[in-house]
Amino acid sequence: MSVIPDASVQPTAPGTGAAAPAPTSRRSVLLRRGLPVLALVLVLAAMPLFVAPFTANTLSRILIFALFAVSLDLLVGITGLPSLGHAAYFGIGAYTAGLVSIHWTSEAPVPVLLAAAAGAVAAVGTGWLAVRSGGVYFLMLTLAIGELTHQLATRLSSVTGGSNGLFGIPSVRVAGEPLTLAGLVYWYVLVFALLGFLGLWLVAHSPFGGALRGIRDNEPRMRSLGYSPFRYKFAAFVIAGGFAGLAGGLFAGLLRIVNPSDAGFTTSALLLLAVVLGGAGTLWGPILGAAVVVLVRDTFGPQLDGHGPLLLGVVFAVAVYVLPRGFAGLAGLLTRRQRGGAA
Amino acid sequence: MIGWFDANLVSILNGFAIGSLLFILAVGLSIVFGMMDVLNLAHGAFFLIGSYLAVTFVAGESWSGFFTALGVAALVGLLAGGALSGLTEPLARRPILDQALLTLGISLIVAETLSIIYGNDVLSVPEPPGLDGSVAVAGNPYPTYRLMLIAVGLVLALVVWLVVEKTSIGALVRASVADREMVSAIGIDNRKVKVAVLGVGSLLATVAGVLAAPVYGARPGLDKTILLLALVVIVIGGLGSIRGALVGALVIGQVESLGRALVPEFASFILFGTLALVLIARPQGLFAGKVAH
Repeated sequence: MSVIPDASVQPTAPGTGAAAPAPTSRRSVLLRRGLPVLALVLVLAAMPLFVAPFTANTLSRILIFALFAVSLDLLVGITGLPSLGHAAYFGIGAYTAGLVSIHWTSEAPVPVLLAAAAGAVAAVGTGWLAVRSGGVYFLMLTLAIGELTHQLATRLSSVTGGSNGLFGIPSVRVAGEPLTLAGLVYWYVLVFALLGFLGLWLVAHSPFGGALRGIRDNEPRMRSLGYSPFRYKFAAFVIAGGFAGLAGGLFAGLLRIVNPSDAGFTTSALLLLAVVLGGAGTLWGPILGAAVVVLVRDTFGPQLDGHGPLLLGVVFAVAVYVLPRGFAGLAGLLTRRQRGGAA
Repeated sequence: MIGWFDANLVSILNGFAIGSLLFILAVGLSIVFGMMDVLNLAHGAFFLIGSYLAVTFVAGESWSGFFTALGVAALVGLLAGGALSGLTEPLARRPILDQALLTLGISLIVAETLSIIYGNDVLSVPEPPGLDGSVAVAGNPYPTYRLMLIAVGLVLALVVWLVVEKTSIGALVRASVADREMVSAIGIDNRKVKVAVLGVGSLLATVAGVLAAPVYGARPGLDKTILLLALVVIVIGGLGSIRGALVGALVIGQVESLGRALVPEFASFILFGTLALVLIARPQGLFAGKVAH
């Protein structure tokens, strides 16, 4: 299981008092977990005041990719549905936001909200099929859905700009004013990314999220308890698609260009790498994984002369053997709290 | 109707040629999963190795280059399959995602290595002598090589059917698809079977790559296009079913060819629509050879 049970298993820190009544210890747990998160949010919010515009831009991309990775983690880690085509919904969101900004309005929440809606709608149409089939069919179908979306983005060149990409997306406007400074764009991304993280965290820690974990661990038992695994998995797929669409919408607003490859297989693979490296099912692991993946790609990408996927492939093959549970697994080993049933 | 048929005859024949190639590819992928539970997402990359081997060896007007390419491709396929068998062994008891990640990683490594060696241009491969012309089919000229491809696909389908249904090796294949543990319980070394199955499966991929080279050439990204089609074929046909691979390949060959010819912008929609239709009617594919898990 995930974040909260870990905290309750931990021996209570000195000072909180063993005799304290349950509500107090619950509040102290909340404080202990809430304070670092609050501090992190404050640090993140203060970032543009101290760093160069280029760094703010990189941080924005990390945040977007992290939101995208956590949305995949809801599928892979929490629900146990390994999707190989999650970039399809990211790409659909990005194209939607781009087209809305070009042809209608780039006023702040409109493009990203429509992007999230488009991601969710696309997930309704395709997920119904993928989730229904299940098992290894799910892997293959999601791969096929991702590739088909990529092909579609390339072929429908009158709408999407084809392989040249959709460019000329106007910058995001807040109250009529265009955001041009990297720091302002970063704040805009940060707000939506944090809302996205919060939304996904709430989903994962709701009774609904508990049912998803139950389906992951023992589907027949959940079925015999009266749950409909299909409906839960389908709902998880749609929610994950919606948040991926949101991330895509932010991406279009940040880079102001969308390429077919953003919906394609390499993006899906990079994303899955972030989730697997970070540790599936933990939500915080994939955020860390996303940061590592973006930084490594930025650092080594230019030196590899366009052959970044080679490095990606090597890391994949090595990670499968060396880090079966990602950074989260390492953290678990370090604190000697190895868990049994993690994905 | 006859007029339509006549106008689209070339597309229909192309569909059969694509179907032939897809069958050769998909049957390997399907058997490997059906018998050994290995989902080999590097299958498309192995195909691309074959195509680039054809670029290297097929030069000028000679059959010897073509046969050299076929021989080398077969050898490379066998070795790659054997290596893959060893690599996936430690992952046998882990979730299927781990295998998928490993084979994805391998496919990325192979595809990028090929693009480093051969560059990013589209390379074309000449047909072998005697097959480079065209013949008249019902009044329409049609490339001889593609007719040969259809014939090769049919012959291979027949050979596979004979081997699987009429020989003791075939009995072993069928038994392994049905119940692998029982097969090892009667004294057959599972690991040797696995090496052999993965070797033959990968060999089919590299050989298909050589055969396809005069039609598709060799270019980066071809591996993904081909893998996608092969996956759709085995999802439609049913994993582990050889009949399913044949029927699926013929259907998808026609969908690809006619779809691209009639409504080029929406060919992807039609491909997905076919997949959706089949899965709505039969969630495990047309001929469920093995229950997915």
